[in-house]
Amino acid sequence: MARNKRAIPEINAGSMADIAFLLLIFYLVTTTMDTDKGINRKLPPIDDELVQDPPPIKERNIFTVLVNSNDQLLVEDEYLEISELRTKAMEFIDNNGDGSCAYCKGYGISTSSDNPVKAVISLQNDRGTSYGMYVKVQNELVAAYEDLRENYAENEYGRSYRGMDPEEDEEIIKEIKNAYQQKISEAEPLNIGG
Amino acid sequence: MAVIKKKKDKALPAVNTSALPDIVFMLLFFFMVATVMREVDLKVSVNKPQATEIQKLERKSLVTYIYAGSPKENYQGKFGKTPRIQLNDSFASLDDLQPFVIQERETKSEEERPMMTMSIKADKTVKMGLISDIKLELRKAQAYKINYSSLQPKDAEALYSSDN
Repeated sequence: MARNKRAIPEINAGSMADIAFLLLIFYLVTTTMDTDKGINRKLPPIDDELVQDPPPIKERNIFTVLVNSNDQLLVEDEYLEISELRTKAMEFIDNNGDGSCAYCKGYGISTSSDNPVKAVISLQNDRGTSYGMYVKVQNELVAAYEDLRENYAENEYGRSYRGMDPEEDEEIIKEIKNAYQQKISEAEPLNIGG
Repeated sequence: MAVIKKKKDKALPAVNTSALPDIVFMLLFFFMVATVMREVDLKVSVNKPQATEIQKLERKSLVTYIYAGSPKENYQGKFGKTPRIQLNDSFASLDDLQPFVIQERETKSEEERPMMTMSIKADKTVKMGLISDIKLELRKAQAYKINYSSLQPKDAEALYSSDN
């Protein structure tokens, strides 16, 4: 009985901090804070039954981008450097050949696109093209659309498109996206220099 | 003067460290919650391409990864240097892709399935032939949302140099 009455000695908690530190360091070391980022794309469905008669598209409304197995670009039958692709694509989309696009700043060249809604970018690569180059081309084409949207937002709303909040400005973003719809079509890759 | 002298003589009281474990625990819990353990052991070397127009992948639980690249050095004896696909922890062939996607889709709830994203993590030297084949398989498996995993370049000009 006397034994039970004895006070339980206090547990020494002095080393608790050490243990916690040890665990902390373990987690610090193993943590990978890498956020996954990348270019979002949507693949077309495989069955072509849905589009039996693809609507005819005028030659002037197609912006062809070809990439060969040596990672060289052929844009609208012209050799081009990757650094020039964005401007070229923007000029094409923003051309406003038929004058129906009020917000376009293009030159209205008769061989370039009618308006942004009709403009289609067609991309074809070779099986030997490197993935890095492919991503770069994709990036430039997406950037062309994003830059045009940015300009549009700047002119119409005096705000930056990239800085908009996807929830708050949902309507505005929808309108801007509608003004410059991303139309990038990918053809099956060629196999020449594979 | 006498008062000041008296104070100087007194020994410095020890700093109370009893709250230290609490602070450390707080940090510990933060890291435990924020940590995402590396799920797969990469067997292929992936040097991601660079791009500026990149979006963050929300909701990691809905993302499935496909790796492509040449096998790492310690696997090269067995598998050679030709770029290969890696799914989960093992090398895979193109034929494995469709069952893999279907199996991954099964693990997600009904309403989340359309939001499933396939993230392609490929080395930038991989030829498009392989990537196109992957894309075709994904289309056959009805996984249409894809993401080309890329890195944000440190400066935009570097993007146009030929070695990138």
